[in-house]
Amino acid sequence: MAPDKTGRPARSLAKLGTWDVLVIVVLVGVIVASSVLVEGFASPRFWGFLLLDVTPIALIALPMTLVVITGEIDLSVASTLGLASAVMGQLWFLGLPLPVILPLVVLLGALLGAVNGLFVAGFGLPSLAVTIGTLALYRGLAYVVLGDRAIADFPFSWTANSIEALPGTTVPWVALVVAALAVVFGVVLHATPIGRSLYAMGNNTQAATFAGISVNRTKFWLYVLTGAIAALAGIFWTLRYASARADNGSGLELSVVAAVLLGGVSIFGGRGTLVGVLAGVLLLMTLRNALQLADVPADTLTVVTGALLIISVVGPNVAQMLRDRLRRRRATAQPVAGA
Amino acid sequence: MRGIRTNPLHLGTSVLVLTALLMSSAACASDEGSTPSGDSNGDGTIRSGLSVAFLPKTVNNPYFTVSDNGGKAAVDEFEGEYKEVGPSEASASSQVSYLNTLTQQGSDVIVVSANDPNAICGAVNQARQGGAKVVTFDSDTNKDCRDLFVNQVTGQGIAENQVKLISEAIGGEGKIAILSATANATNQNAWIDLMKTELKKPEYAKIQLVTTVYGNDEDQKSFQETQGLLASYPDLKGIVSPTTVGVAAAARYLSGSQYKGKVALTGLGTPNQMREFVKNGTVKNFALWSPADLGYLAAYAGAALASGVITGKEGDKFTAGKLGEYTVDADGVVVLGPPTVFDSANIDQFNF
Repeated sequence: MAPDKTGRPARSLAKLGTWDVLVIVVLVGVIVASSVLVEGFASPRFWGFLLLDVTPIALIALPMTLVVITGEIDLSVASTLGLASAVMGQLWFLGLPLPVILPLVVLLGALLGAVNGLFVAGFGLPSLAVTIGTLALYRGLAYVVLGDRAIADFPFSWTANSIEALPGTTVPWVALVVAALAVVFGVVLHATPIGRSLYAMGNNTQAATFAGISVNRTKFWLYVLTGAIAALAGIFWTLRYASARADNGSGLELSVVAAVLLGGVSIFGGRGTLVGVLAGVLLLMTLRNALQLADVPADTLTVVTGALLIISVVGPNVAQMLRDRLRRRRATAQPVAGA
Repeated sequence: MRGIRTNPLHLGTSVLVLTALLMSSAACASDEGSTPSGDSNGDGTIRSGLSVAFLPKTVNNPYFTVSDNGGKAAVDEFEGEYKEVGPSEASASSQVSYLNTLTQQGSDVIVVSANDPNAICGAVNQARQGGAKVVTFDSDTNKDCRDLFVNQVTGQGIAENQVKLISEAIGGEGKIAILSATANATNQNAWIDLMKTELKKPEYAKIQLVTTVYGNDEDQKSFQETQGLLASYPDLKGIVSPTTVGVAAAARYLSGSQYKGKVALTGLGTPNQMREFVKNGTVKNFALWSPADLGYLAAYAGAALASGVITGKEGDKFTAGKLGEYTVDADGVVVLGPPTVFDSANIDQFNF
């Protein structure tokens, strides 16, 4: 079913696939259309708010892209975010200073990721099943840690700083952090042997193993990385909303997966680019916020997100199917034409 | 060959762009294009043309539909522009992007019921810096964030009322439980604490509060929590559910179970939701303020602020249309009034 499993990562790096180009075109289309049609869309303030909304999804989408390219998935990211938030709140409640808490929370995220990695890479269990399990487990633990309380008395300097814009602009500084991380991830994925090995793993695990790639070890560390970054997103979330709660970020995994798939990463692994994913994240959130600015009701927004997810899963496959059918028709038509 | 291959994709692109365009333009059509023509009357009256936005905890929640419509009635009276926006789920952070949107749209008045006392503070401050007056109603934020809080009743009034109703319903003796909304609902928690204090009075000495459970203001969850309560405490005499979603779900469960008429239920509910349960004997009585009046008062309070009639300091007075004159109390709180008790004798006089 997975299209284009030819295992030629080097060539797919050289040029973007057709789907990611399509997403970028649609993104530009949405931006142009909204600038004309939606009052207030073309303001710097809109983009400032949008970038803040995008940050947690974009952050988690970076490692998620790598995970999905290897043919796996991590659905526990939003629960990791929630547990990180809960632990952060509890530690602050117990009186630890934030400079001590933050590294601990990121470490915790890495540990939670390691648990996923152990089950997926160590025991060879399906990542979908494992991370649906830890999705529930980590969220449950978040409630064990913080219960129904909300810890909100973080120092103003920290909470205000988390949404601070760069001087003279509306661009939040966290957007720069995301951009810097995106460059690092992009270089690793598209210009290093590690990146090529991820594509190889997604295309054909056995072949990758024979080629000398330590598939399991790579996958394990990918999950560790994903956990750590989800915890980082949890810290940002907690500070931005000045509220550590066990239910923070619930449902966010869907937005992340939707953005990654929308960006052209194949759910079957082996295909996709980071540029496409970033375009996917932006498309999802720009459309959402633009519709919201145009007073479209919340339920419609949910429908739009759902529709985009379906399009992103079905779209590339339908396109491929049509292409194959045309090719087959040509192939059968040719001898007749030649005769 | 290349042309044929990419054709479906071209088609796909056009369809997607077209869809996006259609959605944006449909969105635009529903936009009210708000540019208020503010003309100040100067002498303590409310400006016309104020843009007033209601931001409930969640949209499509019957309680907020009624209260927001009350707000709409007020906005129509002072010739403002009304709108209601809001999230579809009641999480802490879900209201923030709506506040951001209203800030960008330049709303004059934002009337919000906070899902979390802290999570929206930053966004509220940005809205106020952008020139909006922010009034909380039903559920407050930290008092430093907003301009005014329109309180349905004092928490003390609710606590006294609810404890009195449940005590009468169970004959002053036995185990009771509380079915609340979300665990972080500011108002719910304040009332529950006050109820606990109220229960310490000598006349309630024989009543024991065994637990508090949370239905998250979801019908199904509240229904299941009620079921769970009766399974865990077979000798439970009564349930207090100070939330409209919870009390209706609990009534529905009791009504269809062996506990109907044996386990007492009271709480805060709307007459329309509770009518059949009062008539079939599941519930003797329950209470509520008028949510429509609450929204109505909140809209007037916000408009009075935006028109410069009041500044929100203690002792400020303003007239809220048909409800008459109100005074701002300490901490920028305006209290609507005491709750109304609904029973089989009076329930048919109300329709909300």
